[in-house]
Amino acid sequence: MIHFVLLISRQGKVRLTKWYSPYSQKERTKVIRELSGVILTRGPKLCNFVEWKGYKVVYKRYASLYFCMCIDQEDNELEVLEIIHHYVEILDRYFGSVCELDLIFNFHKAYYILDELLIAGELQEPSKKTVARLISAQ
Amino acid sequence: MNPFSSGTRLRDMIRAIRACKTAAEERAVVRKECAAIRASINENDHDYRHRNIAKLMFIHMLGYPTHFGQMECLKLIASAEFPEKRIGYLGLMLLLDERQEVLMLVTNSLKQDLNHANQYIVGLALCALGNICSAEMARDLAPEVERLLQFRDPNTRKKAALCAIRIIKKVPDLAENFINPAAVLLKEKHHGVLITGVQLCTDLCKVSAEALEYCRKKCTEGLVRTLKDVANSPYTPEYDIAGITDPFLHIRLLRLLRVLGQGDADASDLMNDILAQVATKTETTKNAGNAILYECVETIMSIEDNGGLRVLAINILGRFLSNRDNNIRYVALNMLMKAITVDTQAVQRHRATILECVKDSDASIRKRALELVYLLINESNVKPLTKELIEYLERSDQEFKGDLTAKICSIIAKFSPEKIWYIDQMLKVLSEAGNFVKDEAWHALIVVISNASDLHGYTVRALYRAFQTSAEQQETLVRVAVWCMGEYGDLLVKNVGMLDIEDPITVTESDAVDVLEVAIKHHTSDLTTKAMSLIALLKLSSRFPSSSERIQDIITQNRGSLVLELQQRSIEFNSVIEKHQNIRSALVERMPVLDEATFIGRRAGSTPATVSTSNGASLNLPNGVTKPPAAPLVDLLDLSSDDAPAPSSSGADFLQDLLGVDLSAASKQPGISGTNQAPRTGTDVLLDLLSIETPPAQSSSSITDILSSSQVNKSPDASLEGLSSPSALSTQAATPAGAAPMMDLLDGFVPNSPIPEDNGPVYPSIVAFESSSLRIMFNFSKSRGNPQTTSIQATFTNLSLNVYTDFIFQAAVPKFLQLHLDPASSNTLPASGNGSITQNLRVTNSQHGKKSLVMRMRIAYKSNDEDILEEGQINNFPRGL
Repeated sequence: MIHFVLLISRQGKVRLTKWYSPYSQKERTKVIRELSGVILTRGPKLCNFVEWKGYKVVYKRYASLYFCMCIDQEDNELEVLEIIHHYVEILDRYFGSVCELDLIFNFHKAYYILDELLIAGELQEPSKKTVARLISAQ
Repeated sequence: MNPFSSGTRLRDMIRAIRACKTAAEERAVVRKECAAIRASINENDHDYRHRNIAKLMFIHMLGYPTHFGQMECLKLIASAEFPEKRIGYLGLMLLLDERQEVLMLVTNSLKQDLNHANQYIVGLALCALGNICSAEMARDLAPEVERLLQFRDPNTRKKAALCAIRIIKKVPDLAENFINPAAVLLKEKHHGVLITGVQLCTDLCKVSAEALEYCRKKCTEGLVRTLKDVANSPYTPEYDIAGITDPFLHIRLLRLLRVLGQGDADASDLMNDILAQVATKTETTKNAGNAILYECVETIMSIEDNGGLRVLAINILGRFLSNRDNNIRYVALNMLMKAITVDTQAVQRHRATILECVKDSDASIRKRALELVYLLINESNVKPLTKELIEYLERSDQEFKGDLTAKICSIIAKFSPEKIWYIDQMLKVLSEAGNFVKDEAWHALIVVISNASDLHGYTVRALYRAFQTSAEQQETLVRVAVWCMGEYGDLLVKNVGMLDIEDPITVTESDAVDVLEVAIKHHTSDLTTKAMSLIALLKLSSRFPSSSERIQDIITQNRGSLVLELQQRSIEFNSVIEKHQNIRSALVERMPVLDEATFIGRRAGSTPATVSTSNGASLNLPNGVTKPPAAPLVDLLDLSSDDAPAPSSSGADFLQDLLGVDLSAASKQPGISGTNQAPRTGTDVLLDLLSIETPPAQSSSSITDILSSSQVNKSPDASLEGLSSPSALSTQAATPAGAAPMMDLLDGFVPNSPIPEDNGPVYPSIVAFESSSLRIMFNFSKSRGNPQTTSIQATFTNLSLNVYTDFIFQAAVPKFLQLHLDPASSNTLPASGNGSITQNLRVTNSQHGKKSLVMRMRIAYKSNDEDILEEGQINNFPRGL
């Protein structure tokens, strides 16, 4: 399962966090700090997977934002890359050429969309059209 | 009006925060906003509640504490309006986590919302439940979720399915309720529901064996058909990603098939065709296709063997491995590690590519590749692979060096075909990355060197050369070099034992002494190195009598050292050189060969099979030189460094080192030939030295006691006989002279009491009970870290002519002991000792060291159809258990 989703900017600012496993407030800050350090310092040509504390973290950079998802050892990393891309495309469709500013000012909408996509750390809906339809209906 | 009242719109607050130039400014803005929000909460303000929560969420993301808003979320959730509920649930999921008690208060609202008419509200509730419910909430609301699995609206069904996953993870007992509804979901057409249904089934099967059986029997065929449909389906714009219809569904189905097929041949058979189809027909140009292939290969590797499929899978992996995309290569390396257990040959074929990956610029890939290479090493390819790895060691960067060095050392230790190769490789590693080499590795090297007697000359010469070139940075190299110079310096100078491959080299005595002088004086040398150098100098002063003056000079320079160890050594050695020339040569004779097998055995953590004796003459220098204090054990170490001390680098081991030492290799002892001196563990050796029995693995403070007690020169005879001395010990009569442990050097070397070899825990077996019909033997072992617990293996042998059935052994122990009995190997004891029953016991002695074990036992069995009962008390446990 996906343990948490993290969106961080290139300067290390947090734009979105979603936790599917129990992490206390302190643990959350610690995790964010550590992961930011690890991921932001990675070079561009390296692979998108990082081993971290017994978990794997899959990240992908879109413009100035890093989308990170932390998964178990036995999960399929390539699939998670697809899930990240799926989410970005849906955001794109919703906001129309989404940029970081959209996500800053409309973070609650970004959360609603994420909630239509993932529950309990698992994928909910593979169709972008359906997700878009559901969001607009609410 | 306060511009930061809760009247501010969310957007404005965000803008204000972003406009802050410094962290202090931001903190000020946030503080004002929080104050306003808190005020608004206190006034119970309805209108701005959802705006407040939205602001709080933003502030939370910035990292500030926001717990005061938690109750507001609850109030919002209870509201009737949809937008308010929505933001309330969102706030709940973000600001709280399942461990908070406040969460329980939401249970009621959740229940109501789960029964709401509006499907979107039901959706909200399911989402919240699925993301953060705790175990109690899960239990309470499980029936609702179950019902919703059959709801008319597919979107609700899919959310309910994922919610159910969390429920069964939190409360596995509830899994049975979900089996049937989950199986029904597998027949869905709607992709969302299908995906979530498949996921639910996968998790159910992992949690409950019953579910696994059920799914295997009922659902496998249906799943195979679904996968076939999806794989063969025409272009559907809604689900299409990179030309493949719904790759997510492909992957989930493959995963479920994996869980079902694992360990079950029938299920695996059903899947073969579709797996082959997916493996061959999937497009590999895009990530989606590769993701599917990856999952497919994982599945093939996990299910029951089908030769053709496995070959297909490994081919795919081979292709992945040469892909230029780093992600694909990483994934391939991962899979290959699992594939090794299945088919080593196939993976060996890719060895060259894997080796290339070790040198890749990507840290994740390097790490994986190194682990893979380690798994691939066998006797035939160890030499070229090690060569490559060592070459790479030179170029690798610092963080990686540590890992790499550790792996190389263990490869060398495990697979070295011959000693000279071992020594060569280790020397190279030491020269390159000596500082990363762990203590065990260079200790092992010393053991090997001392065992390779024909290579002594070669080794010391190689070390001399290496020292000239790389001594600057590599502390460990210096230590090994110093030890060898001390031991074999004469071979170096006289060019003894030249091998054909060597270039001739002339080293004079003063060159050799130079080396040691540099080692002592260099500013980067640490305590151990300097201490080792001092003892090496002492050895050389005996082997090179002409340089004795100079050596003495060097030694005396340390007399005033502020470090106790160095000061002590230099004074003592100086004393030896000046006043005790007659014993000096005996003192620093060549070390007896260290027993490799024992050393390696101990390293592996098992008790060594062979035990060796050695004489310990205690180091009791005359003339009132103080006994080396036990506390700075490291000091006593010089001795240790000579004696390739045992494994593991815990503090206790220093003791061993301490022990191993026998300056008096004692060839003078009558009747005692240079026996192997096995590195011994801990206190035991010390005890050996002092012939006092010790409970194993004592703390250092007790050592001090022992030492001081030894001063008194008393060694309890009784303890000695209680001492478990395994076989080899006995060449000397036990405890000569009632154990006069302190051997005065000047008195020559009197055979010391047999040093009980004790590696941590080896005690002799005892016959616990013997009668005309039954014998019971106890074998003891202790685990190293736990001196109070003894594991006993009891062996029961039938001495009569009748078979014993229903054999039961019972034992009782006094209060200070705790006993645990494992089940016996069987209940039937064949006659006349033709077989035996074994049973393991564990005894924990809370008065360990003060009282020894004692046990009452009772044995009941049937012989010739009559019940027999035997009882007894076991008093002859070895002391120190």
